[in-house]
Amino acid sequence: MKEAVHISGAPSPGPDLQELLVLVARGDQDAFTQVYDQVSGPVLGLVRSVLRDPAQSEEVAQEVLVEVWRTAPRFQPSRGSAMNWVLTLAHHRAVDRVRSAEAAAAREHRAALLDRTPDFDEVSEQVETRLEREQVRRCLRTLSELQRQSVTLAYYRGLTYREVGELLSVPLGTIKTRLRDGLIRLRDCLGVNA
Amino acid sequence: MSTAELHTLTGAYALHALPEDERLAFERHLGACEACTQEVRELSATAARLGLAVSVVAPPAMRERVLREITTVRQEAPSHGRSGRSGAPAGRAGRWSTYALAACVAAAAAFGGVAVWQNQVARNAQEEAAQARQQNEQLARVLAAPDARTSSGALEGGARAAVVVSPSVNRAVFLASDMDRPPGGKVYQLWFNDDGSMRSAGLMDPSATDDTVLLDGPVDGASGMGITVEPAGGSKQPTTPPVALMDFPKA
Repeated sequence: MKEAVHISGAPSPGPDLQELLVLVARGDQDAFTQVYDQVSGPVLGLVRSVLRDPAQSEEVAQEVLVEVWRTAPRFQPSRGSAMNWVLTLAHHRAVDRVRSAEAAAAREHRAALLDRTPDFDEVSEQVETRLEREQVRRCLRTLSELQRQSVTLAYYRGLTYREVGELLSVPLGTIKTRLRDGLIRLRDCLGVNA
Repeated sequence: MSTAELHTLTGAYALHALPEDERLAFERHLGACEACTQEVRELSATAARLGLAVSVVAPPAMRERVLREITTVRQEAPSHGRSGRSGAPAGRAGRWSTYALAACVAAAAAFGGVAVWQNQVARNAQEEAAQARQQNEQLARVLAAPDARTSSGALEGGARAAVVVSPSVNRAVFLASDMDRPPGGKVYQLWFNDDGSMRSAGLMDPSATDDTVLLDGPVDGASGMGITVEPAGGSKQPTTPPVALMDFPKA
Protein backbone atom coordinates (compact mmCIF):
# COMPACT_ATOMS: atom_id res chain seq x y z
CA MET A 1 0.00 0.00 0.00
CA LYS A 2 1.16 3.47 -0.80
CA GLU A 3 2.10 5.51 2.20
CA ALA A 4 -0.15 8.46 2.84
CA VAL A 5 2.57 10.53 4.43
CA HIS A 6 6.24 10.33 4.20
CA ILE A 7 8.70 10.21 6.95
CA SER A 8 11.82 10.62 4.90
CA GLY A 9 12.88 11.46 1.40
CA ALA A 10 12.04 14.50 -0.68
CA PRO A 11 8.71 16.10 0.11
CA SER A 12 5.98 15.69 -2.47
CA PRO A 13 2.65 16.90 -1.11
CA GLY A 14 0.95 15.58 -4.22
CA PRO A 15 2.11 12.84 -6.51
CA ASP A 16 2.04 14.92 -9.66
CA LEU A 17 3.44 18.35 -8.91
CA GLN A 18 6.35 17.75 -11.25
CA GLU A 19 4.12 16.64 -14.13
CA LEU A 20 1.68 19.45 -13.46
CA LEU A 21 4.46 21.99 -13.71
CA VAL A 22 5.46 20.58 -17.06
CA LEU A 23 1.87 21.11 -18.23
CA VAL A 24 1.91 24.63 -16.80
CA ALA A 25 5.04 25.31 -18.84
CA ARG A 26 2.90 24.65 -21.92
CA GLY A 27 0.33 27.21 -20.85
CA ASP A 28 -2.16 24.85 -19.16
CA GLN A 29 -4.17 27.03 -16.77
CA ASP A 30 -6.08 24.12 -15.22
CA ALA A 31 -2.78 22.50 -14.34
CA PHE A 32 -1.70 25.78 -12.78
CA THR A 33 -4.79 25.79 -10.59
CA GLN A 34 -3.74 22.40 -9.24
CA VAL A 35 -0.17 23.57 -8.74
CA TYR A 36 -1.52 26.61 -6.93
CA ASP A 37 -3.52 24.44 -4.56
CA GLN A 38 -0.44 22.45 -3.65
CA VAL A 39 2.11 25.21 -3.28
CA SER A 40 0.24 28.33 -2.14
CA GLY A 41 0.22 27.34 1.54
CA PRO A 42 3.94 26.59 1.72
CA VAL A 43 4.76 29.72 -0.32
CA LEU A 44 2.70 32.04 1.86
CA GLY A 45 3.96 30.42 5.06
CA LEU A 46 7.57 30.80 4.05
CA VAL A 47 7.19 34.38 2.85
CA ARG A 48 5.35 35.26 6.03
CA SER A 49 8.05 33.75 8.21
CA VAL A 50 10.60 36.06 6.55
CA LEU A 51 8.53 39.24 6.13
CA ARG A 52 6.15 38.90 9.08
CA ASP A 53 3.86 41.64 7.85
CA PRO A 54 0.69 39.82 6.70
CA ALA A 55 -0.35 42.24 3.94
CA GLN A 56 3.13 42.51 2.48
CA SER A 57 3.54 38.74 2.72
CA GLU A 58 0.39 38.14 0.75
CA GLU A 59 1.52 40.60 -1.89
CA VAL A 60 4.92 38.92 -2.25
CA ALA A 61 3.40 35.41 -2.18
CA GLN A 62 1.07 36.46 -4.96
CA GLU A 63 4.01 37.76 -7.00
CA VAL A 64 5.83 34.48 -6.45
CA LEU A 65 2.86 32.41 -7.58
CA VAL A 66 2.42 34.47 -10.72
CA GLU A 67 6.14 34.06 -11.31
CA VAL A 68 5.70 30.29 -11.04
CA TRP A 69 3.25 30.56 -13.92
CA ARG A 70 5.44 32.90 -15.91
CA THR A 71 8.71 31.05 -15.49
CA ALA A 72 7.44 27.45 -15.41
CA PRO A 73 9.23 26.79 -18.72
CA ARG A 74 12.45 27.34 -16.79
CA PHE A 75 11.80 24.50 -14.36
CA GLN A 76 14.12 21.56 -14.90
CA PRO A 77 13.11 18.36 -13.11
CA SER A 78 16.69 17.09 -13.33
CA ARG A 79 17.81 19.87 -10.99
CA GLY A 80 15.48 19.14 -8.12
CA SER A 81 11.87 18.70 -7.17
CA ALA A 82 9.12 21.07 -8.19
CA MET A 83 8.42 22.03 -4.58
CA ASN A 84 12.09 22.91 -4.05
CA TRP A 85 12.02 25.05 -7.14
CA VAL A 86 8.93 26.94 -6.02
CA LEU A 87 10.14 27.41 -2.45
CA THR A 88 13.57 28.55 -3.60
CA LEU A 89 11.86 31.17 -5.73
CA ALA A 90 9.67 32.21 -2.80
CA HIS A 91 12.64 32.48 -0.44
CA HIS A 92 14.60 34.58 -2.93
CA ARG A 93 11.72 36.99 -3.35
CA ALA A 94 11.05 37.29 0.35
CA VAL A 95 14.73 37.80 1.13
CA ASP A 96 15.12 40.37 -1.63
CA ARG A 97 12.18 42.26 -0.18
CA VAL A 98 13.40 42.15 3.39
CA ARG A 99 16.88 43.26 2.35
CA SER A 100 15.69 46.22 0.34
CA ALA A 101 16.92 49.45 1.84
CA GLU A 102 13.77 50.64 3.54
CA ALA A 103 13.01 47.26 5.03
CA ALA A 104 16.53 46.94 6.40
CA ALA A 105 16.24 50.35 8.06
CA ALA A 106 13.00 49.33 9.69
CA ARG A 107 14.41 46.10 10.97
CA GLU A 108 13.66 45.23 14.55
CA HIS A 109 16.49 45.38 17.00
CA ARG A 110 18.57 42.49 18.14
CA ALA A 111 16.34 41.23 20.91
CA ALA A 112 13.33 41.04 18.65
CA LEU A 113 15.26 39.09 16.04
CA LEU A 114 16.63 36.62 18.55
CA ASP A 115 13.27 36.24 20.16
CA ARG A 116 11.73 35.16 16.96
CA THR A 117 10.93 31.52 16.44
CA PRO A 118 9.08 30.29 13.39
CA ASP A 119 5.39 29.66 13.68
CA PHE A 120 5.78 25.99 14.34
CA ASP A 121 2.86 25.99 16.67
CA GLU A 122 0.31 27.38 14.29
CA VAL A 123 -2.61 25.02 14.16
CA SER A 124 -3.00 23.34 10.84
CA GLU A 125 -5.68 21.00 9.76
CA GLN A 126 -3.41 19.39 7.21
CA VAL A 127 -1.94 16.19 8.53
CA GLU A 128 0.98 16.25 6.13
CA THR A 129 1.98 19.73 7.18
CA ARG A 130 1.79 18.76 10.83
CA LEU A 131 4.03 15.75 10.27
CA GLU A 132 6.49 17.74 8.20
CA ARG A 133 6.61 20.37 10.93
CA GLU A 134 7.10 17.76 13.60
CA GLN A 135 9.93 16.12 11.73
CA VAL A 136 11.72 19.40 11.03
CA ARG A 137 11.34 20.44 14.64
CA ARG A 138 12.72 17.12 15.83
CA CYS A 139 15.70 17.39 13.48
CA LEU A 140 16.39 21.01 14.44
CA ARG A 141 16.77 19.73 17.99
CA THR A 142 19.68 17.54 16.89
CA LEU A 143 21.65 20.65 15.94
CA SER A 144 23.97 22.49 18.30
CA GLU A 145 22.55 25.73 19.66
CA LEU A 146 24.81 27.80 17.40
CA GLN A 147 24.00 25.71 14.33
CA ARG A 148 20.28 25.99 14.98
CA GLN A 149 20.34 29.72 15.60
CA SER A 150 22.51 30.40 12.56
CA VAL A 151 20.37 28.31 10.22
CA THR A 152 17.03 29.62 11.45
CA LEU A 153 18.11 33.28 11.52
CA ALA A 154 19.44 33.01 7.98
CA TYR A 155 16.50 31.07 6.59
CA TYR A 156 13.47 32.26 8.50
CA ARG A 157 14.62 35.86 8.97
CA GLY A 158 16.50 36.33 5.71
CA LEU A 159 19.70 37.53 7.38
CA THR A 160 23.03 37.36 5.59
CA TYR A 161 25.72 35.33 7.33
CA ARG A 162 27.43 38.62 8.22
CA GLU A 163 24.30 39.84 9.97
CA VAL A 164 23.98 36.51 11.75
CA GLY A 165 27.60 36.83 12.90
CA GLU A 166 27.08 40.34 14.23
CA LEU A 167 23.84 39.42 15.93
CA LEU A 168 25.33 36.44 17.70
CA SER A 169 28.78 38.04 18.17
CA VAL A 170 30.44 35.07 16.53
CA PRO A 171 33.31 35.27 13.99
CA LEU A 172 32.17 35.15 10.37
CA GLY A 173 34.23 32.07 9.54
CA THR A 174 32.47 30.20 12.32
CA ILE A 175 29.04 31.25 11.05
CA LYS A 176 29.82 30.06 7.51
CA THR A 177 30.92 26.71 8.88
CA ARG A 178 27.91 26.38 11.20
CA LEU A 179 25.49 27.17 8.36
CA ARG A 180 27.08 24.40 6.34
CA ASP A 181 27.48 21.73 9.00
CA GLY A 182 24.10 22.61 10.49
CA LEU A 183 22.39 22.08 7.14
CA ILE A 184 24.35 18.89 6.56
CA ARG A 185 23.16 17.52 9.87
CA LEU A 186 19.59 18.51 9.02
CA ARG A 187 19.93 16.92 5.60
CA ASP A 188 21.02 13.63 7.15
CA CYS A 189 18.35 13.74 9.83
CA LEU A 190 15.59 14.50 7.30
CA GLY A 191 16.93 11.96 4.84
CA VAL A 192 17.05 14.45 1.98
CA ASN A 193 18.24 13.05 -1.32
CA ALA A 194 18.73 15.42 -4.18
CA MET B 1 39.13 33.75 -1.29
CA SER B 2 40.64 30.28 -1.58
CA THR B 3 38.79 27.35 -3.08
CA ALA B 4 38.55 25.66 0.30
CA GLU B 5 37.03 28.80 1.79
CA LEU B 6 34.60 29.07 -1.09
CA HIS B 7 33.54 25.50 -0.54
CA THR B 8 32.39 26.24 3.00
CA LEU B 9 29.92 28.75 1.52
CA THR B 10 27.59 26.01 0.23
CA GLY B 11 25.43 26.30 3.35
CA ALA B 12 25.22 30.09 3.29
CA TYR B 13 24.46 29.97 -0.42
CA ALA B 14 21.69 27.41 -0.04
CA LEU B 15 20.11 29.64 2.61
CA HIS B 16 20.48 32.77 0.42
CA ALA B 17 22.62 34.21 3.19
CA LEU B 18 25.41 35.58 0.99
CA PRO B 19 25.65 39.27 0.20
CA GLU B 20 25.36 39.97 -3.53
CA ASP B 21 29.09 40.24 -4.34
CA GLU B 22 29.93 37.02 -2.54
CA ARG B 23 27.00 35.26 -4.14
CA LEU B 24 28.33 36.15 -7.59
CA ALA B 25 31.84 35.00 -6.69
CA PHE B 26 30.46 31.75 -5.33
CA GLU B 27 28.35 31.16 -8.43
CA ARG B 28 31.44 31.54 -10.58
CA HIS B 29 33.12 28.95 -8.41
CA LEU B 30 30.10 26.65 -8.62
CA GLY B 31 30.37 26.47 -12.39
CA ALA B 32 33.74 24.77 -11.95
CA CYS B 33 33.03 22.63 -8.88
CA GLU B 34 30.86 19.61 -9.36
CA ALA B 35 31.06 18.50 -5.74
CA CYS B 36 29.87 21.94 -4.60
CA THR B 37 27.00 21.84 -7.08
CA GLN B 38 25.79 18.52 -5.70
CA GLU B 39 26.15 19.75 -2.12
CA VAL B 40 24.28 22.96 -2.93
CA ARG B 41 21.51 20.90 -4.48
CA GLU B 42 21.15 18.78 -1.36
CA LEU B 43 21.37 21.68 1.04
CA SER B 44 18.84 23.69 -0.98
CA ALA B 45 16.46 20.75 -0.81
CA THR B 46 17.07 20.68 2.94
CA ALA B 47 16.31 24.40 3.20
CA ALA B 48 13.07 23.83 1.29
CA ARG B 49 12.04 21.40 4.04
CA LEU B 50 12.42 24.23 6.53
CA GLY B 51 10.08 26.18 4.28
CA LEU B 52 7.50 23.41 4.10
CA ALA B 53 7.47 23.21 7.87
CA VAL B 54 5.98 26.70 8.18
CA SER B 55 3.23 26.14 5.62
CA VAL B 56 -0.06 27.95 6.28
CA VAL B 57 -3.44 27.96 4.60
CA ALA B 58 -3.62 30.71 1.99
CA PRO B 59 -6.78 32.85 1.96
CA PRO B 60 -9.33 32.14 -0.82
CA ALA B 61 -9.17 35.74 -2.07
CA MET B 62 -5.50 35.29 -2.89
CA ARG B 63 -6.35 32.24 -4.97
CA GLU B 64 -8.87 34.22 -6.98
CA ARG B 65 -6.44 37.07 -7.53
CA VAL B 66 -3.62 34.80 -8.68
CA LEU B 67 -5.79 32.70 -10.96
CA ARG B 68 -7.20 35.86 -12.52
CA GLU B 69 -3.80 37.47 -12.91
CA ILE B 70 -2.18 34.56 -14.72
CA THR B 71 -4.71 34.82 -17.52
CA THR B 72 -3.08 38.15 -18.42
CA VAL B 73 0.57 37.25 -17.86
CA ARG B 74 2.58 35.94 -20.74
CA GLN B 75 4.83 32.99 -20.03
CA GLU B 76 8.51 32.93 -20.66
CA ALA B 77 9.82 31.03 -23.63
CA PRO B 78 11.72 27.94 -22.58
CA SER B 79 15.44 27.98 -23.16
CA HIS B 80 18.04 25.55 -22.07
CA GLY B 81 19.33 25.95 -18.59
CA ARG B 82 18.46 29.58 -18.08
CA SER B 83 18.22 31.01 -14.63
CA GLY B 84 16.88 34.32 -13.50
CA ARG B 85 19.55 34.69 -10.87
CA SER B 86 22.39 34.70 -13.31
CA GLY B 87 23.43 37.17 -15.90
CA ALA B 88 26.50 38.47 -17.56
CA PRO B 89 28.81 39.77 -14.85
CA ALA B 90 29.50 43.48 -14.98
CA GLY B 91 32.67 44.44 -16.78
CA ARG B 92 34.96 46.63 -14.72
CA ALA B 93 37.02 48.05 -17.54
CA GLY B 94 35.84 51.32 -19.00
CA ARG B 95 35.62 49.83 -22.44
CA TRP B 96 33.89 46.51 -22.93
CA SER B 97 35.62 44.63 -25.68
CA THR B 98 33.61 42.27 -27.78
CA TYR B 99 35.73 39.38 -26.57
CA ALA B 100 35.21 40.25 -22.95
CA LEU B 101 31.49 40.46 -23.55
CA ALA B 102 31.49 37.15 -25.36
CA ALA B 103 33.40 35.62 -22.45
CA CYS B 104 30.93 37.04 -19.94
CA VAL B 105 28.04 35.67 -21.90
CA ALA B 106 29.75 32.31 -22.22
CA ALA B 107 30.29 32.28 -18.45
CA ALA B 108 26.65 33.12 -17.85
CA ALA B 109 25.61 30.40 -20.26
CA ALA B 110 27.81 27.89 -18.49
CA PHE B 111 26.23 28.56 -15.15
CA GLY B 112 22.66 29.36 -15.84
CA GLY B 113 22.12 30.32 -19.41
CA VAL B 114 21.66 33.49 -21.34
CA ALA B 115 18.43 35.33 -20.93
CA VAL B 116 16.74 35.36 -24.24
CA TRP B 117 13.42 37.06 -24.62
CA GLN B 118 11.00 36.85 -27.37
CA ASN B 119 8.11 39.04 -28.10
CA GLN B 120 5.48 36.62 -29.16
CA VAL B 121 4.03 33.49 -27.70
CA ALA B 122 4.87 30.60 -29.94
CA ARG B 123 2.20 28.06 -30.64
CA ASN B 124 3.77 25.10 -28.94
CA ALA B 125 6.63 24.14 -26.71
CA GLN B 126 8.72 22.60 -29.45
CA GLU B 127 8.49 25.67 -31.56
CA GLU B 128 9.41 27.81 -28.56
CA ALA B 129 12.42 25.66 -27.77
CA ALA B 130 13.60 25.87 -31.36
CA GLN B 131 13.14 29.63 -31.29
CA ALA B 132 15.06 30.02 -28.06
CA ARG B 133 17.92 27.97 -29.47
CA GLN B 134 17.90 30.08 -32.56
CA GLN B 135 18.00 33.26 -30.49
CA ASN B 136 20.91 31.95 -28.45
CA GLU B 137 22.76 31.24 -31.66
CA GLN B 138 21.87 34.66 -33.05
CA LEU B 139 23.09 36.27 -29.86
CA ALA B 140 26.41 34.45 -30.04
CA ARG B 141 26.69 35.35 -33.72
CA VAL B 142 26.26 39.06 -33.00
CA LEU B 143 28.84 39.05 -30.22
CA ALA B 144 31.38 37.11 -32.23
CA ALA B 145 30.87 38.95 -35.54
CA PRO B 146 34.07 40.56 -36.85
CA ASP B 147 32.23 43.82 -37.40
CA ALA B 148 30.59 43.87 -33.93
CA ARG B 149 30.95 47.26 -32.29
CA THR B 150 30.17 48.12 -28.70
CA SER B 151 29.10 51.26 -26.96
CA SER B 152 28.60 51.39 -23.25
CA GLY B 153 27.49 53.82 -20.63
CA ALA B 154 26.13 54.33 -17.16
CA LEU B 155 22.41 54.33 -16.57
CA GLU B 156 20.44 55.92 -13.78
CA GLY B 157 21.04 54.47 -10.37
CA GLY B 158 24.54 53.23 -11.12
CA ALA B 159 23.53 50.52 -13.57
CA ARG B 160 25.82 49.87 -16.49
CA ALA B 161 24.71 49.01 -19.95
CA ALA B 162 26.29 48.15 -23.25
CA VAL B 163 24.92 47.57 -26.68
CA VAL B 164 26.66 45.47 -29.31
CA VAL B 165 25.68 45.88 -32.93
CA SER B 166 26.81 43.83 -35.90
CA PRO B 167 25.87 45.39 -39.24
CA SER B 168 26.59 42.15 -41.10
CA VAL B 169 24.26 40.12 -38.84
CA ASN B 170 21.87 43.11 -38.71
CA ARG B 171 21.04 42.41 -35.06
CA ALA B 172 21.87 44.05 -31.75
CA VAL B 173 22.43 42.74 -28.22
CA PHE B 174 21.77 44.75 -25.09
CA LEU B 175 23.60 43.96 -21.84
CA ALA B 176 22.81 45.48 -18.49
CA SER B 177 24.12 44.97 -15.02
CA ASP B 178 22.80 46.20 -11.68
CA MET B 179 19.65 47.64 -13.18
CA ASP B 180 16.91 48.50 -10.73
CA ARG B 181 14.00 46.14 -11.03
CA PRO B 182 11.01 47.70 -12.76
CA PRO B 183 8.11 48.63 -10.44
CA GLY B 184 5.68 45.77 -9.69
CA GLY B 185 3.54 44.83 -12.67
CA LYS B 186 5.84 46.74 -15.05
CA VAL B 187 8.58 45.65 -17.42
CA TYR B 188 11.43 47.31 -19.24
CA GLN B 189 10.72 47.43 -22.92
CA LEU B 190 13.49 47.94 -25.46
CA TRP B 191 13.04 50.03 -28.58
CA PHE B 192 14.95 50.66 -31.76
CA ASN B 193 15.28 54.34 -32.48
CA ASP B 194 14.46 54.80 -36.17
CA ASP B 195 15.14 58.46 -36.62
CA GLY B 196 13.12 59.43 -33.59
CA SER B 197 10.33 56.88 -34.04
CA MET B 198 10.39 53.94 -31.68
CA ARG B 199 10.07 50.35 -32.86
CA SER B 200 9.62 47.66 -30.22
CA ALA B 201 12.66 45.44 -29.70
CA GLY B 202 11.28 43.18 -26.97
CA LEU B 203 11.06 43.00 -23.20
CA MET B 204 13.61 42.45 -20.47
CA ASP B 205 13.24 39.83 -17.78
CA PRO B 206 11.49 41.82 -15.01
CA SER B 207 13.04 39.65 -12.28
CA ALA B 208 16.64 40.08 -13.39
CA THR B 209 18.89 43.00 -12.55
CA ASP B 210 21.56 41.65 -14.89
CA ASP B 211 20.37 40.70 -18.29
CA THR B 212 21.56 39.97 -21.81
CA VAL B 213 18.94 40.45 -24.47
CA LEU B 214 18.96 39.88 -28.19
CA LEU B 215 16.94 42.79 -29.50
CA ASP B 216 13.87 41.60 -31.31
CA GLY B 217 13.97 42.35 -35.02
CA PRO B 218 16.57 43.65 -37.47
CA VAL B 219 18.63 46.74 -36.77
CA ASP B 220 18.13 48.05 -40.31
CA GLY B 221 18.46 51.81 -40.23
CA ALA B 222 18.12 52.29 -36.47
CA SER B 223 20.59 54.79 -35.05
CA GLY B 224 20.17 53.80 -31.42
CA MET B 225 17.92 52.26 -28.84
CA GLY B 226 15.82 53.28 -25.89
CA ILE B 227 14.35 51.70 -22.77
CA THR B 228 10.99 52.55 -21.26
CA VAL B 229 8.95 51.21 -18.37
CA GLU B 230 5.76 49.62 -19.67
CA PRO B 231 2.89 47.59 -18.22
CA ALA B 232 3.55 43.82 -18.03
CA GLY B 233 3.34 42.35 -21.50
CA GLY B 234 4.71 45.51 -23.12
CA SER B 235 3.17 48.20 -25.27
CA LYS B 236 2.92 48.85 -28.99
CA GLN B 237 4.33 52.34 -28.58
CA PRO B 238 6.25 53.80 -25.63
CA THR B 239 3.81 55.13 -23.03
CA THR B 240 6.42 56.70 -20.74
CA PRO B 241 9.51 58.84 -21.30
CA PRO B 242 12.61 56.69 -21.85
CA VAL B 243 14.71 55.81 -18.80
CA ALA B 244 17.68 55.50 -21.12
CA LEU B 245 18.60 56.29 -24.70
CA MET B 246 21.76 54.95 -26.27
CA ASP B 247 23.27 55.64 -29.65
CA PHE B 248 24.49 52.66 -31.55
CA PRO B 249 28.24 52.54 -32.05
CA LYS B 250 29.43 53.90 -35.37
CA ALA B 251 30.72 51.26 -37.70
